[in-house]
Amino acid sequence: MRTLIFRTVAPYLTSLMVLFSLFVLLRGHNAPGGGFIGGLIAASAFAIYGIACGVSPVRRALRFHPMSIAGVGLLMAAIAGIVSLFDGVPFMTGLWIYPKFFGVEVPLATVMLFDTGVYLVVTGTITSIALALEERESS
Amino acid sequence: MNGNAAMLTLLAMGLPFVAAAFAPFVTRWLGHRGAWVLALAPAAIFLHFLGYVRVVAAGRTVTGGYPWIPSFDVSFSFMIDGLSLTFALMISGIGTLIVLYSGGYLKGHPQLGRFQSFILMFMGSMLGVVLSDSFLMLFVFWELTSITSFLLIGFDHEREASRRAAVQAMVVTGAGGLGLLAGLLLLWNITGASEMSQLVHLGGEVRQSPLFLVALVLVLCGAFTKSAQFPLHFWLPNAMEAPTPVSAYLHSATMVKAGVFLLMRLNPVFGGTAAWETILPIFGGMTLVFGALLAIRQTDLKLMLAYTTMSSLGLMVMMTGFGTEHAIAAAVLYLVAHAMFKGALFMVSGIVDHEAGTRDVRRLGGLARTLPVTFVAALAAAFSMGGLPPGFGFLAKEEIYAALFHLDAWSLVFLVSAIVGNGLMMVIGFAVALKPFLGQRPAELGEVHGAPILLWLGPAVLAALGILTAVFAATMNAGISTPMVSAVAGHVDKVEATLLPHIGMPLALSVVTVVFGILVYVGLDPCREAMRRLLQAIGWGPDRGFDQFMRGLVRFSHRLTRFAQPGSLEVYMTVTFVFVAASLLVPMAVFGEWPSMPAWPEGETFYELAVMLIALIGLVAVIVARDRLTAIVSLGMQGFAVALLFMLFGAPDLSFTQFMVEALSVVILALVMTRLKLASADHRPTGEKLIDFSVALAGGVGFMLYLMRVTEGPFDNRLSDFFSAYSKPIAHGHNIVNVIIVDFRGTDTLGEISVVMVTGLAILALIRIRAGRSSAYASSDNLAGDGGTANEDGPAEGRG
Repeated sequence: MRTLIFRTVAPYLTSLMVLFSLFVLLRGHNAPGGGFIGGLIAASAFAIYGIACGVSPVRRALRFHPMSIAGVGLLMAAIAGIVSLFDGVPFMTGLWIYPKFFGVEVPLATVMLFDTGVYLVVTGTITSIALALEERESS
Repeated sequence: MNGNAAMLTLLAMGLPFVAAAFAPFVTRWLGHRGAWVLALAPAAIFLHFLGYVRVVAAGRTVTGGYPWIPSFDVSFSFMIDGLSLTFALMISGIGTLIVLYSGGYLKGHPQLGRFQSFILMFMGSMLGVVLSDSFLMLFVFWELTSITSFLLIGFDHEREASRRAAVQAMVVTGAGGLGLLAGLLLLWNITGASEMSQLVHLGGEVRQSPLFLVALVLVLCGAFTKSAQFPLHFWLPNAMEAPTPVSAYLHSATMVKAGVFLLMRLNPVFGGTAAWETILPIFGGMTLVFGALLAIRQTDLKLMLAYTTMSSLGLMVMMTGFGTEHAIAAAVLYLVAHAMFKGALFMVSGIVDHEAGTRDVRRLGGLARTLPVTFVAALAAAFSMGGLPPGFGFLAKEEIYAALFHLDAWSLVFLVSAIVGNGLMMVIGFAVALKPFLGQRPAELGEVHGAPILLWLGPAVLAALGILTAVFAATMNAGISTPMVSAVAGHVDKVEATLLPHIGMPLALSVVTVVFGILVYVGLDPCREAMRRLLQAIGWGPDRGFDQFMRGLVRFSHRLTRFAQPGSLEVYMTVTFVFVAASLLVPMAVFGEWPSMPAWPEGETFYELAVMLIALIGLVAVIVARDRLTAIVSLGMQGFAVALLFMLFGAPDLSFTQFMVEALSVVILALVMTRLKLASADHRPTGEKLIDFSVALAGGVGFMLYLMRVTEGPFDNRLSDFFSAYSKPIAHGHNIVNVIIVDFRGTDTLGEISVVMVTGLAILALIRIRAGRSSAYASSDNLAGDGGTANEDGPAEGRG
């Protein structure tokens, strides 16, 4: 699998895919996409990078163990649910704020935090499975 | 009852847990003297509840709290009447003394802070048991007492005997607790009341219910295990492995009385029925006699007391079961008396053990001069235990005999067992109070230290109370006994016990008891020897039975696991798919709900047909593929075609996800294949292939028919209408699928991603296990090859 072409292209492909996955995650609320699909795209990006250049570069690039990323995601999703309790509404009620950045109104919500959590859990879990499987192959 | 006082009571219920959290720190700063500070918490609780005495004595029941889960009619509420108030005072009052005593007893012990913390946690749980109004709260606190008792019995966890005793107590009382839960839920079901304060007025409904006996037996499971009734008594003597403060507090004064408490609480509900008045006296009576006989056999001070505790509990259960006014008064008086004298005597045995280094009654003697206060306290407690004036126990015994003396065979049997039990308990009481202190001090005893105030304060106060309450019996009757008896009986019932003996049968029976006791005391050694021989001849006891039961249970679960989890992936997969196919096909066959053949759709475009053709080609390719890799890729092809179909029929999100899932599963399947070092082609015998083929076919056809049948039915679009109507206004999102996932059904998603992550961890662990094993085999390969570094990277990071 480690052909020269693949190895040369893989980093660009991976970064594009990760970027795309973020795009898909953020647009998900109003157009096709969302945390789950975004997570799957990101996971396949890392899997491709791993196949092309070996597992260690991927692990170095990620900095954190993929399972820790998944853990952080789960924590974020749970926090997004709990925040609403402090507002006196039932668990997991979506809360929205509309701050203005440079005159542009940006809707922010606990729902987005939740979706980001989903994204991280899916990315982290699938990536760690894929990398663990690739590891043996590369040795 | 104003809101402030209710709030204060709830705070008082929580205070022990707060104190428990601080106990380790306080003990670290102040050492064993921290006990003086920690004891302030139970003392404050005691004073708080003392304030209720006047209200409750006036015949009122105080309830309070707030709704917890209103939709299930569950509240966090308390109920204070004569019964729970007496218990609360006992728990907090004796608890204060026990905290002090623990400071002296475990002085210098490195885990003293933890111990105090456990004791305070137990106190909070026990207070919760007696004060809870709501059934569920009662159950939660009930189990908490089992858990804290487990922690305390196993406190000395480096000794095997402690661990065994802790597990045994946990298993027995925990199992009983589950029975209690079932019983309470049944009562809830029968009456519709979820609180004790309502339930006690609905006794008639319960007694007429066809489920009456079931509810009764289940509740008795809880009460009898907790209060160590024969034949489930064996955990109590074993629990003496715990440090002595625990034995004094949990296993004589409070926790073991939780069962009796429950019986007394439910007396207005279950009482007066034939079952109640048969089961309780029989079990109680047996426990009373056997406990007393087994106590005679012991030489260890604590074990002697432990068996008499069992005996006393039997007496209380028996008297509660008799149900007459005298009997209930007797049970109540005896309960209060027992808490005082047995708590004191246990603490005395702990002091003797602490200062003299042994608890063996045969090796003790002549300690009176070294431990004067302890001796006096022990003597006073023994008077109460023996039912002699001026002890409070005398009042209780007079009531017992007054209640039991009827000239019919049924009463006479229990009268005789009461006389035997009381006589033997008196023997043990005085054996504990006199033998270590009088006579010649054995030479091998060595130096004996005097006891510090932290140690002797507890028994001295309790013993003094045992006398004072009897002397001021009129105040005691009005403030404590009468309200408690009224609460148990369900109607107002005045107690008029005094130290002045009534000339009559009860007094005569007391004299008989005392004479019997003195005779046995004089001949204690031969009696003990006779009991020892008898028990040796029997050989088997419930304690050994428990071990046999546990061994059997482990063996059974081992076999069951081997059967249900043979460990072969092939078996798991086959079983799963056979069940899936059966659950799809069997109902359709049984109810004759086969789908009708759908008409060929009209107006389909050429590209739709083309996509379907690709899917079909993919399937055929999977089946005819020579090697596995081709099959995996062909399967992916089929999946992509389905994803395209989703796209064409207007489900972009679904299609998107399907694409990604298909791509990733091809990659991962291929990786797994290389990972497992499978042969590139499938070389199994045709027979096996045929079986798998039929299972696959059944599953596939089943799903197809099922889907066809479902789509034939009318489409209920209420849900989709709701979501399309409210997705934007409520959840501010146009993408309905995403809004459902992250907002409308967000809690579902939270559960799902947790599952995803746990599954990921499990898969990771599986891969690691295999990697660990194969790397052990392949270590020579690693040395020779150059890829060793990448291999070592993973596990190292995984540990971090």
